[in-house]
Amino acid sequence: MRMQFNIYRYDPESGKPPCMQAYELDFDPRGRKVLDVLMALKEVDETLAFRRSCREGVCGSDGVNVNGRNVLACITPLEGLRQPITVRPLPRLPVIRDLIVDMSQFFQHYRAVKPYLINLDPEPESERLQSPAERAELDGLWECILCACCTTSCPSFWWNPERFLGPSALMQGYRFIADSRDQAADERLDYLEDPYRLFRCHGIMNCVEYCPKGLNPTAAIGKIKSLLVKRAL
Amino acid sequence: MSPRIPKRSFDAVIVGGGGAGLRAALQLARADLKVAVLSKVFPTRSHTVSAQGGITAALANVSDDNWHWHMYDTVKGSDYLGDQDAIEFMCRNAPSAVYELEHMGLPFSRLDNGKIYQRPFGGQSKNYGGEQAVRTCAAADRTGHALLHTLYQRNIAARTQFFDEFFALDLVRDQEGYILGVVALEIESGEAWLFEARATLLATGGACRIFRHSTNAHINTGDGLGMVLRAGLPLEDMEFWQFHPTGIPEVGSLITEGVRGEGGYLLNRDGEAFMARYAPNARDLASRDVVSRAIAQELLAGRGCGEHGDYVHLKIDHIGADRIKERLPGIRELSMQFAGVDPILAPIPVTPTAHYMMGGIPTSLHAQVVAPVRYGPEEPVPGLYAAGECACVSVHGANRLGGNSLLDLVVFGRAAGEHMLGHLADNPFPRPVPEEAVDRVMARLARWERPGEERVADVRVGMQKVMQAHCGVYRNADILRTGLERLTQMADRLAHAGLTDRSRVFNTARLEALELENLMAVARATLVSALAREESRGAHAREDFPDRNDTHWLRHTLYSQAQDQLDYKPVRLKPLTVETFQPKERSY
Ligand SMILES: Cc1cc2nc3c(=O)[nH]c(=O)nc-3n(C[C@H](O)[C@H](O)[C@H](O)COP(=O)(O)OP(=O)(O)OC[C@H]3O[C@@H](n4cnc5c(N)ncnc54)[C@H](O)[C@@H]3O)c2cc1C
Ligand code: SF4
Ligand code: SF4
Ligand code: FES
Repeated sequence: MRMQFNIYRYDPESGKPPCMQAYELDFDPRGRKVLDVLMALKEVDETLAFRRSCREGVCGSDGVNVNGRNVLACITPLEGLRQPITVRPLPRLPVIRDLIVDMSQFFQHYRAVKPYLINLDPEPESERLQSPAERAELDGLWECILCACCTTSCPSFWWNPERFLGPSALMQGYRFIADSRDQAADERLDYLEDPYRLFRCHGIMNCVEYCPKGLNPTAAIGKIKSLLVKRAL
Repeated sequence: MSPRIPKRSFDAVIVGGGGAGLRAALQLARADLKVAVLSKVFPTRSHTVSAQGGITAALANVSDDNWHWHMYDTVKGSDYLGDQDAIEFMCRNAPSAVYELEHMGLPFSRLDNGKIYQRPFGGQSKNYGGEQAVRTCAAADRTGHALLHTLYQRNIAARTQFFDEFFALDLVRDQEGYILGVVALEIESGEAWLFEARATLLATGGACRIFRHSTNAHINTGDGLGMVLRAGLPLEDMEFWQFHPTGIPEVGSLITEGVRGEGGYLLNRDGEAFMARYAPNARDLASRDVVSRAIAQELLAGRGCGEHGDYVHLKIDHIGADRIKERLPGIRELSMQFAGVDPILAPIPVTPTAHYMMGGIPTSLHAQVVAPVRYGPEEPVPGLYAAGECACVSVHGANRLGGNSLLDLVVFGRAAGEHMLGHLADNPFPRPVPEEAVDRVMARLARWERPGEERVADVRVGMQKVMQAHCGVYRNADILRTGLERLTQMADRLAHAGLTDRSRVFNTARLEALELENLMAVARATLVSALAREESRGAHAREDFPDRNDTHWLRHTLYSQAQDQLDYKPVRLKPLTVETFQPKERSY
């Protein structure tokens, strides 16, 4: 089948401004994903640059914007996409080249929430115990693959990229608050209790809509907010 | 003398931000050393993130268990090619390594009593070959994700320095053979940097992308192995590649052994649970090499499913929707996305798929790279270490057991870090970096400025097809020899390949060319080693030599690039403290 694509191109070394490049390719879309077609296009035009690794939706490398939606190219079926299929880099992050964005700001926010377990007790001989119910509190949080599909779809992040932590980082912050083994919930809440870091979230829910892993950052953010309310009482 | 490229100096440089690299980095960073981790992708994008089923350790949380039984199973699983001192070291240290991960924050699934959840995996037994043991510790079916993210998080806390999206090109080596660091390409700017260090660890992961169909990520291109070969050092046991019984046909995505651990079983087109014929006791939980050969036999006998009869079915719906959703959510996702099947409703199509490299860079128990330099086969190469899938200690021998790789990463990643600490203390001053050592690396890069009529992508596909057709589950001399001839043609074509992408900025075409050079070197090592080993052992099944031959072949292969030279070294049958497990016939 003859398929049509429109792909965002930019190479800072060319001296040319970014543009949308049209491609056509004979490709059988049945059962295939957007990443398959990007790789097929790269076999024809090797200058097309994008990130990819696991090709099965678990590493978070290939977040891109396809026909206006943030997705992982490797698990997005071609069938049912309106043609020409438009592929752009994730919105509002600086573009390095073609579909490759600079994720530094995103990772800086991730680091800012201290995404590691804090527990200062001496380590026991074997595992720390955790009941299945306590452990279940972490489900839907720890599976985040840091793809940035959510954060780059969030209007609050667009307006305040430096100061608002964004849905992904906030959810990772909550992942440790929610862990029965963590001892730093108060310190974590202190850091988040800030008009920008947390409270720029207005529950617009783009993040939930776009998370390719079906996670719910808005719910996690809501839980942080209610913990802050509870704490204030 | 100072080389003409920008330079950064560290105590230690670690190439690879997967499980092995990050575990080693943690050991060094916690000791307040200056350590740099280079990774060609952001660390949590490393292939460890894909690991599903779990990490094996005799915690005895579910069934009786101890490390001696784990050791026996691993030795037997390796078809007696594993070094028993290394296997004892790994199995003995397994429980503490897993507890350590739990203390770091890894979100293991839990049992009702609050302990770490464990599931049965293939090749696990109680009492040296008795009943099925339950030994694999799991975080749902996303254990690799949990492990990798946890280790990355701990490294953030320890303030390890990361150089993300830096592509290591080659080792820097002086006249006396000391390794002085690496030259790496900053992918974003396209600029080469010298990373100088008194200790260098290779943790670059696997290389299954030599095959057309594989469970591995696109980035698994054996870069560390190529670097070692180009430095004139050998690779060990490269004929041993594991074909996982249950990959999704064509796509390659893995369906974890944990599915069979949770009660799933294989069916042929007649609806027969055929494993009962091949492994009457362990059935679907026999060792991977055994199950893969059984499937291959079924397909050959015309009992495969589907239009082309090229796969079998993996049935799991009988354990119920709730259990599938709780224990195998990732598998359900993959199966729906890539096989178009919801395992709650229907069986998953599966076929043997290239999955894991048992061979690799030869190392000691302390992850020092060892080579036959002057005084026999086991002399450490000063300053060079290797750990993880790229290394061959050898704990997996001719066939790896499920769940033992993640264990290998953390046990030997830690051992590497420990030994590097001692090495750094003993060698407090850096040695000078000779200019020509850096020039050699730069020449490799400059080669890709030359135009050429062949295209990298075509050569890559050609090479992958050769390996798929000539180095599969079953091999014989004719198939391998023809494969080698075809591979040589591919190598000639690669020599005439050129790039059309001339940009320095994030030039992925150039990276793919550099990766292909490594893949070609690994593929050649594989075919040459496989042709020479005239026996069947573990994952290396020769139709023309169907039996294991302990008289001649209870030894490790060492392949060097110059003239495709082969050497051999004995298997270390003597464990550290316990009695040797004597080779005997292997049945499940
Ligand atoms: C789908 C799948 C499921 C699996 N499930 C399990 C399981 O359940 N249990 C188990 O025990 N094992 C499992 N395995 C095996 C196990 O996951 C791997 O063997 C293991 O994760 C390899 O880890 P590593 O640290 O050696 O390498 P990787 O995690 O592959 O990391 C390699 C690192 O090296 C870097 N690198 C490579 N080349 C360069 C270069 N040139 N320059 C700079 N950096 C470079 C990469 O960026 C990466 O950071 C599975 C494997 C697969 C494919
Ligand atoms: S819910 Fe909050 S975080 Fe999510 S998109 Fe809306 S404003 Fe952003
Ligand atoms: S929450 Fe979802 S969309 Fe956001 S980074 Fe994590 S996996 Fe990606
Ligand atoms: S390539 Fe890993 S998520 Fe798509």
